[in-house]
Amino acid sequence: MAAAAEEALAPAGALGGLVQDYVVGQQDGLAAEVAADVKSGRCTVLQVVEALGSCLENPEPRTRGRGIQLLSQVLLQCHPLLLEKEVVHLTLFYENQLKDHHLVIPSVLQGLRALSLCDVLPPGLAVSVLKAIFQEVHVQSLTQMDRHTVYSIITNFMRTREEELKGLGADFTFGFIQVMDGEKDPRNLLVAFRIVYDLISKDYSLGPFVEELFEVTSCYFPVDFTPPPNDPHGIQREDLILSLRAVLASTPRFAEFLLPLLIEKVDSEMLSAKLDSLQTLNACCAVYGQKELKDFLPSLWASIRREVFQTSSERVEAEGLAALHSLSVCLSRSVLEADAEDLLDSFLGSILEDCRHHLCEPDMKLVWPSAKLLQAAAGASARACDRITSTVIPLLLEQFNRHSQSSQRRTILEMLLGFLKLQQKWGNEDKDEIPLSGFKAPLCSLVSLALADPSTQLQLVGIRALTILGAQRGLLSAEDLELAADYLYRLSFLKEDSQSCLAAMEASGTLATLYPTVFISHLVPRLAQELHTGDTELASGEGPSYQARRLRCLQALSAVSTHPSIVRETLPVLLQHLRRVHRGNNAEAKEVIAVCRSLHLVAGQCQQEPESCWYFHQTAVPCLLGLAVQASMPEKGLPSLGKLLLEEEVLAAMVSVISTASTHLSPELAAQSVALIVPLFLDGNISLLSENSFPNKFLPFQNSSSEQKRLVALLMAFVCSLPRNVEIPQLDRLMQELLTLSCHHDGLFSCTAAAKCFAGLLNKHPAGQQLDEFLQKAMEKVEAGLNPGPYRTQAFTLLLWVTKALVLRYHPLSSCLTERLMGLLSDAELGPAAADGFSLLMADCPDVLHRAGHAEIRIMFRQRFFTDSMPALVHGFHAAHQNVKPNYLKGLSHVLNSLPKSVLLPELPTLLSLLLEALSCTDCVVQLSTLSCLQPLLLDAPQVMSLHIDTLITKFLNLSCSPSMAVRIAALQCIYALTRLPTPVLLPYKMQVIRALAKPLDDKKRLVRREAVTARGAWFLLGSPGS
Amino acid sequence: MVGAGGGTGLGGLLENANPLIYQRSGERPVTAGEEDDQVPDSIDDREIFDLIRSINDPEHPLTLEELNVVEQVRVKVNDKESTVAVEFTPTIPHCSMATLIGLSIKVKLIRSLPERFKMDVHITPGTHASEHAVNKQLADKERVAAALENSHLLEVVNQCLSARSQLD
Repeated sequence: MAAAAEEALAPAGALGGLVQDYVVGQQDGLAAEVAADVKSGRCTVLQVVEALGSCLENPEPRTRGRGIQLLSQVLLQCHPLLLEKEVVHLTLFYENQLKDHHLVIPSVLQGLRALSLCDVLPPGLAVSVLKAIFQEVHVQSLTQMDRHTVYSIITNFMRTREEELKGLGADFTFGFIQVMDGEKDPRNLLVAFRIVYDLISKDYSLGPFVEELFEVTSCYFPVDFTPPPNDPHGIQREDLILSLRAVLASTPRFAEFLLPLLIEKVDSEMLSAKLDSLQTLNACCAVYGQKELKDFLPSLWASIRREVFQTSSERVEAEGLAALHSLSVCLSRSVLEADAEDLLDSFLGSILEDCRHHLCEPDMKLVWPSAKLLQAAAGASARACDRITSTVIPLLLEQFNRHSQSSQRRTILEMLLGFLKLQQKWGNEDKDEIPLSGFKAPLCSLVSLALADPSTQLQLVGIRALTILGAQRGLLSAEDLELAADYLYRLSFLKEDSQSCLAAMEASGTLATLYPTVFISHLVPRLAQELHTGDTELASGEGPSYQARRLRCLQALSAVSTHPSIVRETLPVLLQHLRRVHRGNNAEAKEVIAVCRSLHLVAGQCQQEPESCWYFHQTAVPCLLGLAVQASMPEKGLPSLGKLLLEEEVLAAMVSVISTASTHLSPELAAQSVALIVPLFLDGNISLLSENSFPNKFLPFQNSSSEQKRLVALLMAFVCSLPRNVEIPQLDRLMQELLTLSCHHDGLFSCTAAAKCFAGLLNKHPAGQQLDEFLQKAMEKVEAGLNPGPYRTQAFTLLLWVTKALVLRYHPLSSCLTERLMGLLSDAELGPAAADGFSLLMADCPDVLHRAGHAEIRIMFRQRFFTDSMPALVHGFHAAHQNVKPNYLKGLSHVLNSLPKSVLLPELPTLLSLLLEALSCTDCVVQLSTLSCLQPLLLDAPQVMSLHIDTLITKFLNLSCSPSMAVRIAALQCIYALTRLPTPVLLPYKMQVIRALAKPLDDKKRLVRREAVTARGAWFLLGSPGS
Repeated sequence: MVGAGGGTGLGGLLENANPLIYQRSGERPVTAGEEDDQVPDSIDDREIFDLIRSINDPEHPLTLEELNVVEQVRVKVNDKESTVAVEFTPTIPHCSMATLIGLSIKVKLIRSLPERFKMDVHITPGTHASEHAVNKQLADKERVAAALENSHLLEVVNQCLSARSQLD
């Protein structure tokens, strides 16, 4: 019988053989071969059908199914090749097969899916396929995959044959409702929700089936789904929630069914249901109007109010407020019909009704929730804001006066502040009257009371309120503003309390941008006066309080310099003060630094305004240079503080002023300035300086005093901050002089300044012959200096800075220089310095080679340096002599520290053996960086780390007693992270670790004890019940 | 205080289903002195309070601090003399969990403090019906040790002491 059947089935040729082996021989792989034959044109689809021939009509359903499966597989791969005529025949065939045995159906659906992808499918067939599916197939009794195929067919048709499907009218919608009714699988639901969303958003006819469509989707709300562990499909609960929300919130036609459901779920006990419902409501408000919301507003408000008043979850509160805001937005947006009631007005009315009495309760129990609700509603529109603030502001003003305690007044003022901010948000567009002007007088007196109050907290809120009132253009009169300036002046000099002072200074800066004239006439002169009197007091030897006042003065002057016209008043005051300090008798470096810090802040505030920027540069830079040059002159009569300006810290402060004053110059003005400053340093041309009677020539690059040479730092501040397109005169000569000075015997400071300046210029210089020459000369200098002799440190410093300049810009020579630097790690004398040099290479410098100064810095330079240098460092470490090994570890540690851990993580396992060895290193930097690398590894790769458990525990416990606090903390964090390893690995060590951790529990540092407590607690829980 | 009576979902099963909920104090700000390697920081009241405030209540998904069972003013420590005294206040006078809460506090202190400390954990006077009996049990070293031998009790205590936040 079997043989006869086989003979009957066997058609001629190779194709016949393949078909036969697939159908009878159950060899699945052959489908691909047949498909390949069709694709390559060796046979046609028609021939495949003919070859299948009788097995498609075989009485045994399994054989029929197998035959259709082969055909469907081929079609899935070859559907673009099909001709219209073939498609018609195949479609009719498949449609007919839908009536066949249930074993055949899956293969039939696959074939229909292939056909649904055909562009040549003639009109009308899509509809008939869908009708047949709706009629013949009971979708929900199919397997998940087959159901998915049905959804795919529908999706494909909806994408390409929208018009045809719409011709089906509501029948299509009804058919689909039946298809998805009862769907349980999350993968299918995501597709089904998408289809429903398209049905609604692409305006398919829903006919009388709106409620059915709602029912068939809303039955999943709120989504309760936890993905199984190790789920390969990666569908999250959040995906389902969002796609279902998109459906539910897609049309106002669902409103009458959805809103009661949402209210019911907000009122339920489940936190997630509350959140989901409130978020869905929020989404609905985007498409709803007055009509949909009208009947449900009282219930919605009651539910939201309860959640905000009574909740224990901040998220529910936040979502409740967001939903209320959206409701109010929605009602504000709706267009009113002539005779309709304004729902916004009545809705806000009920909110006010329910909240206002809480604002007046003497115990102030629910004031904050009430204020938040009111503000959420008021934030929706100008209309809502007016309606609410016009009632609430007078109420709060009254409450403020009724309470006398500072803390209560503060609460009330903070709430008031929220409403004022909302008023500001809506501004006074198309209104005749300035908002708030009706309340101006009481508001001003309230702010005065707050500012005069002894409580810092109340002062702070008062200052914020003042800033907001000031920002409302036209509200405050000139007298009000003068009074405000007085208050801010007074607050800036409050004793001890720096919080209010800082806030007052910030506020004066903000208000000064709006009302510069008031602050020029009322604040700046008083500050200048104060600074001057302070000086006189200082001269008569007064105590530290005057010093503190002067510092505040300097801070206040810089804070208020937020407007170009104010800078023209404050900058001369600051420079005048600097000259006085310089000339004075017993000034301290601290004082000069404070002035420079103020100048630096002012320079920063000037940067955006080109005119102001030039004014600052032109005024401050020559003054600073002049003072410094004067200080560098060898003069007998000059008191010791002449040298004050040459101290390292002071010069650093001046560097930051000059640098900030130069970065934003326009190229023309920068060129003008550079033409004066470079000759000053190269030729001693002092025409730039206002004072020009110096006893000696200023020639820092020639045989001058070491004092003059120190000022090269100021040259660096200027030339290395200029935009890249500014040409520097006499560059060749300048570079040569810098190189010479960089390996000089006159003090390390000037040598380093010269090396930095050289590097800064090198970094910006365009590639080309000149750059190569500079580099070659630099390398010759370095190599000559590194030979045994007196200049090794200087030559090393030059090498380091030049390397940094090149590493930042990915210059091809940088790898060569890095290698040279790595070679020095094994140098007995320079090794430790070379190791620390890696930290300089990776760090951002404050004064040179930084982004603000237009240096060429590629964003990924650290990662690149790490990738390039790591193998050599690791290799060098293994090859190095025991004495110098720590240098390699330290260098590597600096590189590792500079990179984000996420970048390092994939590389760390290859470094593991080195890291384990580094744990025994005695250098703190190495220990710390090693621990910080191992900690994420313990969390991420517990299996690998388990192999080293013995070493890890011993070393970590040792380091938890290190003399360095940071190391102890890091070691304890690692011991805590160890608890992530598999418990059976840890249990043998449990008692040992717990005993050892008793010691750090009594550490002298609190931060260490905290980590010890966490770690020890976690170790106690290991393998214990209930953990 | 945030507000009263958020529903907890377990309704009548709890003795006190709707407790008042108090705000958690923030993390202790780190001072410059604490970051200085050289300056010793003594163990103070706040440090002890930080140890116990995040202990979970055995029957609410809330901490002892949120339920106001422990407060910083009811913690007294003397670092020099190595003594600690903690008073705790059960949410209601007939709370049957009082012993368990006391035990959790005691165990947390034993695990977290240097051995030199002598610890005294007791109920705030006048806030619990069987105050005396509970205090006596908590003060008895042997009974505490025996309680921790009981794996069911240990399980509950460990649950109370498990950190809410996992390693990240």
